[in-house]
Amino acid sequence: MASALINVPARAKRGEIIEVKTLISHVMETGFRHTQLGAAIPRNIIRRFVCTYNGTEIFSADLYPAISANPFIVFSTVATESGTLSFQWTGDNGFSVTESAKITVE
Amino acid sequence: MRRFWALLGLLVMAASAAAEIPSSERRSGYDLMGRELRAMQDDDTANPGMLWVLEGATLWKRAAGAAGRACVDCHGEASTSMKGVAAHYPAFDAGKQRPVNLEQRINACRVDRQQAPPLAYESRELLALSAYVARQSRGLPIAVTIDDRMQPFLEAGRVVYERRQGQLNLACSQCHDANWGRQLAGNVVPQGHPTGYPLYRLEWQSLGSLQRRLRGCLVGIRAEPYEYGAPELVDLELYLMWRARGMTMDAPAVRP
Repeated sequence: MASALINVPARAKRGEIIEVKTLISHVMETGFRHTQLGAAIPRNIIRRFVCTYNGTEIFSADLYPAISANPFIVFSTVATESGTLSFQWTGDNGFSVTESAKITVE
Repeated sequence: MRRFWALLGLLVMAASAAAEIPSSERRSGYDLMGRELRAMQDDDTANPGMLWVLEGATLWKRAAGAAGRACVDCHGEASTSMKGVAAHYPAFDAGKQRPVNLEQRINACRVDRQQAPPLAYESRELLALSAYVARQSRGLPIAVTIDDRMQPFLEAGRVVYERRQGQLNLACSQCHDANWGRQLAGNVVPQGHPTGYPLYRLEWQSLGSLQRRLRGCLVGIRAEPYEYGAPELVDLELYLMWRARGMTMDAPAVRP
C-alpha cells in the first residue's frame, strides 16, 4: 500500500514563490535493526525523490536510512507557467510511486 | 510528634492524589507540545495520521467478506453517519453485555455484517478504519454514555486506574492526577486524556491505538501488560474517556 498527500496551491501569480508539501507513506526500515530472534531486518527505504514542473526537474533529493518513516518533504519554487507538477519516489524492492498536481498561473 | 505530622502529611498527599482534575484545569496533551508539533497536527497535509485516514476512506468503500458489502452500503457517507461516533466510545454492546471500544465495534461489524475475518489489533487496516471514523468526530466534545448498565464497568476502570501495579508499584493516578505538569526526565507528565486516538506518535513512527499507548505505560511501570482487547483495557479506556468528558476530540493527533 502506498499513498501520498500533496499540497500545491491551485492558483498562483506569475513569478510568485509557492510552497510545495509532500508526505508519503513508507516504513523507511533502516537495515540496521534486528528481530527479537537476532535476524537482520533487510533495508527498505525510499532512495530518491524527484519533482518535475512541466517536464523540467526543479527539485530532487537522495534519501538515506536515517530519515524517519513517512518522509515529509517541503520545498519552494517559482510559479512560472500553468501546468503539472509530477512527483516520483523510488526506492528499495522496486518501490515506485508517481503523483501529480495541477497549478494555474495567472 | 514529628512522626505524627509526617504521617498526617502523607495522608493529605494520598487524599489529594485521588482527587479528580476539575474540568477548568483539564489539558489535552496538545497543550503541552511545542509550536512545531502543533502546526504538524493542525495541517492536514503535514499530519502523517492523514495517510491512514486517506486509506480508511478507501477501505470504507471497499466490499469485503462473504457478504460482499462495504461499510458505505449500510452506513452511507461517513462524514454524516460517523459524525461524533468515536466521541461516544467505548459504548455498551447488548450482545456481549459489556462495553466495546471502536476497534471492537468495527471488527464486530466485519464478522457479523460483512462475514469477513476480524482485523488484527494495530493492523494497518484496522488503524486506517478507526482513524477514518475518529476523524469525523474532530472538534466535537467527548461524551460517553454512562447508564446503569455501564456504571459497573466505569467503576472497574476506575479501580484499574487507581490500582498500584508493576515492579515500580505505581498507579496511573499517581502520575496523571497528582503530578501532571511536572517533569519526568525530559518530558512533561501529561494528564492522560485520550482526545486524539488513534494518534501518530513520533516515537512509534506510526499510528497507534489507545490500547497500544496503555500497554506502553504498563511496560513503563514494569507491569505485565493486558492483552489487546482485554476487558481491563476496555474498562480503563471507558474510565479515561469519562474522565475527559467534554474535552474536544482532535483525532488523528500527533504526539512526541
